[in-house]
Amino acid sequence: MLQIKSLKVFHGQIEALHGADFSVPEKQCVTLLGPNGAGKTSTLSAITGTARSTGAIRFNNEDISTLSVEERQRRGIAISPEGRRIFSNLTVHDNLLMGAAVRKNKKAISAEIQEWFTHFPILGERRDQPAGTLSGGEQQMLAIARALMSRPKILLLDEPSLGLAPQIIVKIYDIIKSLKEQGMTILLVEQNASAAMQVSDYVYVLNNGLISSQGPAEEFGDGSALMDQLTGIHS
Amino acid sequence: MEYAIQQTLNALSFGAEYALIALGLAIVFSIMGLVNFAHGEVIAFGGYTMVIIGSILTKNPWVLMVGVLLGSVLASLVLERVAFRTIRGADLTTGLLTAFGVSIILQNLFLLLGSPRPMAATQFIFLDQPLRLGPVSVSSLQVLETLTIFIAIGILMFFLRKTTLGIAMRAAALDFEMVRLCGIRANRVIAGAFAISGLLAGLAGIFIMARRGSVEPHMGFDPVLIAFVACVIGGFGSLPGAVLGGFLLGIAEVAVLVLLPQSMGGMAQAVVFTLVALILIWRPDGILSPASEKGDKL
Repeated sequence: MLQIKSLKVFHGQIEALHGADFSVPEKQCVTLLGPNGAGKTSTLSAITGTARSTGAIRFNNEDISTLSVEERQRRGIAISPEGRRIFSNLTVHDNLLMGAAVRKNKKAISAEIQEWFTHFPILGERRDQPAGTLSGGEQQMLAIARALMSRPKILLLDEPSLGLAPQIIVKIYDIIKSLKEQGMTILLVEQNASAAMQVSDYVYVLNNGLISSQGPAEEFGDGSALMDQLTGIHS
Repeated sequence: MEYAIQQTLNALSFGAEYALIALGLAIVFSIMGLVNFAHGEVIAFGGYTMVIIGSILTKNPWVLMVGVLLGSVLASLVLERVAFRTIRGADLTTGLLTAFGVSIILQNLFLLLGSPRPMAATQFIFLDQPLRLGPVSVSSLQVLETLTIFIAIGILMFFLRKTTLGIAMRAAALDFEMVRLCGIRANRVIAGAFAISGLLAGLAGIFIMARRGSVEPHMGFDPVLIAFVACVIGGFGSLPGAVLGGFLLGIAEVAVLVLLPQSMGGMAQAVVFTLVALILIWRPDGILSPASEKGDKL
């Protein structure tokens, strides 16, 4: 579904990714693992069009590398970005509405928002509160739900575990797991290898802007060895 | 008593005019970080639209009002397309200098194609009539102006809270890139902001024309400068702040004129701006400075 060839990403004069090749097949969860500064977020930014890049980005056999940010999203690429970036000045409901802004059918949209609220009662209870009042885990749920409101073909998840307590990470990954079971194609970016391993089909390890190793998720076991390697922390 | 009511209405109507223009500046600034000093020329363009329609089509004031509003919206949209779209994403000073450049070019165009002297356009003067409310006599224009700003705020609030484009504009004020990542076209959001800004300029323009009865090339510059100050004390980019700042300035101006002895009338501006300075010492970002935080990286 998504094919990346010799992708280089630039932030100003700095090259953050030095040429990466990878692909995300349909209905699979592919994970980019790596420590801080490895170029994971830069890779996602290149795919969404918010960072300057060279190389080929093909989505559903179409070269999207010259399309604007909006047009790429409209092709079916949605992101739950790093730091979640929910609209803290809007209500929870309006955040979801923004996610669905590209869709026309108002009835289907409000039905779907209602569905999210029954799924995650905590969001429902805060329907009309500014989203900035949510906790970190709730904001992460909201960011994922907002991305899904556009009915994307592929979901990009940038460090959904970032800054969350362990039991909240479990919850978030339960959501990701059920999305995968429903057939969603996912490109996941993580530092937390052991969490990511629960949902990944295929793993690329990024280090200093290069892919240092790759393989089916099974080859990496439960991720604890990788975790040591990435963070230096023995889990 | 009558004097007090008249002065209150004075203050409110001055404030309303400043607030209308300040809102137009603030809505564009909140979304694209541009201080649009050419906003005054949008007002002037509305005035010239009135002169042109008035001399070749009809002198019906209601048609002319629609003309002023449409002319202002159009001018605002054209400015965005021609001048400001090319510098989108550039920093604040680039935007500021571009806006000044556009403002000067337009003023000179008005000079060349119009006239350096005021041109008469008196069709809106009928709005200003003495109105008797019981024992008090007030100006109908001032009542209209005060009412208009409240209606405009009401409609604007509805638009910003209940429509997808309006909500997207509020979201864009916080994190424009994320709005684009939701698939919402940046051009549409920004054009929307300029259209609203133009509409507000047109409304203000109608009242300015009703008061002056004439157009001239520089007529928009001073009001925009005052509106800019209103935005600064209210908190730049905050829409409630722009309205608050506009009314505060109007009230301060009238209060100073009323309270200061006649002989010191020339000092009114100095006193007003001293108050502005004091407010800024108290709250350097303005009274209602908007939240500017983005997603946190922990």
